[in-house]
Amino acid sequence: MATYFIRRMFWLFPVLLTVSLVTFIIMRSAPGGPWDTDSDRRQVDASTRKSLDAYYGLDKPLWRQFTAYVFGDINSVTKKFSCGMICGNLGPSYRQRGRTVQSILFSAPPLQSFWQSRFGYSLRLGLIALSFAIVLGIPIGVVAALKQNTLWDYIGLFIATSGISVPSFVLAIFLIIIFGSWLHWIDIIVDNWNEVKYWLMPATVLGFGTMAYTARLTRSSMLEVMRQDYVRTARSKGLAERIVIIKHMLKNALIPVVTILGPALAGLVTGSFIIETMFSFPGMGRAYVQAIGQRDYSMIMGTTMVYALLVAVANLSVDLVYVFIDPRIRFEE
Amino acid sequence: MAVKTSQTNEIESERDIFRSSKSLGAEAWARLIKNKAAVAGLIIIILFAFMAVFASVIVPENPLQINDGKRFLPPPFFKGSTNIQSDPRFLLGTDSLGRDVLSRVIYGSRVSMVVGFFPTFIILLMGTTIGMIAGYAGGRVDNILMRLTDVIYAFPDLLFFIIVMVALRDSFIGQLANGLILLFAALAIVNWVGVARLIRGQVLSLKQKEFVEAAHCIGATDFRIMFRHILPNSLSPLIVNMAFSIPGLIIFEAILGYLGVGLRPSSNPADIFITSWGSLMLDGQSAINAQPFLLLSPAICVALIVLAFTFLGDGLRDALDPRMRGTQ
Repeated sequence: MATYFIRRMFWLFPVLLTVSLVTFIIMRSAPGGPWDTDSDRRQVDASTRKSLDAYYGLDKPLWRQFTAYVFGDINSVTKKFSCGMICGNLGPSYRQRGRTVQSILFSAPPLQSFWQSRFGYSLRLGLIALSFAIVLGIPIGVVAALKQNTLWDYIGLFIATSGISVPSFVLAIFLIIIFGSWLHWIDIIVDNWNEVKYWLMPATVLGFGTMAYTARLTRSSMLEVMRQDYVRTARSKGLAERIVIIKHMLKNALIPVVTILGPALAGLVTGSFIIETMFSFPGMGRAYVQAIGQRDYSMIMGTTMVYALLVAVANLSVDLVYVFIDPRIRFEE
Repeated sequence: MAVKTSQTNEIESERDIFRSSKSLGAEAWARLIKNKAAVAGLIIIILFAFMAVFASVIVPENPLQINDGKRFLPPPFFKGSTNIQSDPRFLLGTDSLGRDVLSRVIYGSRVSMVVGFFPTFIILLMGTTIGMIAGYAGGRVDNILMRLTDVIYAFPDLLFFIIVMVALRDSFIGQLANGLILLFAALAIVNWVGVARLIRGQVLSLKQKEFVEAAHCIGATDFRIMFRHILPNSLSPLIVNMAFSIPGLIIFEAILGYLGVGLRPSSNPADIFITSWGSLMLDGQSAINAQPFLLLSPAICVALIVLAFTFLGDGLRDALDPRMRGTQ
């Protein structure tokens, strides 16, 4: 069992290496370099560009640039070894001069906690959206299953189906226009994200799809559990219906729901960049979209790596969580 | 020669068995049209397809006609927060350059339709071939191909599309058909993986079946077994998978357009694809108070078409495989 997980963990490295290689190749095949697409700033002349290229290692052959990015290389100007991605160094941002990609993403402004960093904001939004999805999704699924083929079930199924299929940014457009532009219940432009009420709307929009998915999953797994022999046994020995539902049905029905929580959180944190852009939310996703607009290649690549790592770890967590909560499952080879 | 006749006889007798009752396809179709949601979805899809094909005939105004001094006009039925007089000519108002929104939305359906169907075709071709080879050959070939799908599976797909579109937009491929070709390629490269895995699973289970063994015995070639015996038997999960992947592609296109890295809006009247719903929404978000319908109408269209495909997909799954009914 332990060997299975160690093997799975090692499998992360080739995956991340391939992701970085693909990203690197695409980024480098883009026309133009980091210095010449700056039309709104002072143009960089040839000799400055040469020394900048030397400083950032851009004058070396491509394969060396790649190994330097991933593993590290000796800087030809300062003659010091700088470690690459494997040490958590994502390199300098090409547009926000003087800052590294990891400091843009993970460092908070002075005197503020980690939660005030770009990544912290996105993580908080993802966690709130996830709790919204769980708190609403599981009860909807349970009620729909217990009252199968009644009006409640149909309402629940309708919410679930529409939530899964309508993309979150379309939902955001509807809600912003209805509540922001027509009813004036919420402010569209937010200047202070420390107030809780502003988080309500983006978190709801972001979590709605996951909520619908949770509801659908809970419903189908409840329906399966309800037909099991042990539920009949529990009923026939005279247990109260409430205890049968909570202790016997729900405990088993929630196993698949719990396992998707890891990927769901990763999906919410990584998938939030459109929502963040729409609500001008100061998170990692908006930094990513801004980097796209500014063609800040190192920033785009670094953020992609963070996202890829999150997704890969989340997928791994599915199997881990399964083993911990369901003793019936064993991985043996 | 003898082998060949016995084979055709076998196929013919197979057909006779099915002809005695209803054919599988007809039975599935009968189940499908009983499903009201699926039929509604099908009708909506046909309507949008009709709109896309005949866009140039049904548009009320020229979608490229720029009207000076008529920027962001609200539709006639809507009282915006500003007191701008609307023009009854523009049923859904005008955009940032005074162009008719309704006509542009109608033209936008072309991009969504073509993005839904064309990459799906490539995905099917790639996914089926690779899945077939992996499942049928087995061993080392299977191992290598499946590790490849693992890696692609781990790649966050939306990020991949964004990177490809950003980096290669100004290159030669990125210029073809206003960037549509590049978009197709990016969507196809990531999405064939699901189909390949599905087909591989099907092949692995069907390979052991008696009819494949029988085909081997009468000397059918591997190619024939793969494409005449195994593929038709794995069609139904493939069709269901397609119905669910098309709305995904439409959403991706809308997101990319909304981020400004999708199809380039064109001003050339000779172009077939002028604008997409995603870029309309990008245009519309700057005027949500004065002219919300520039944002709302493409958003409603995306929601409608995606719901339609989901309902059709649900219906197809129930119709093609009644055992799976209500499991999802």
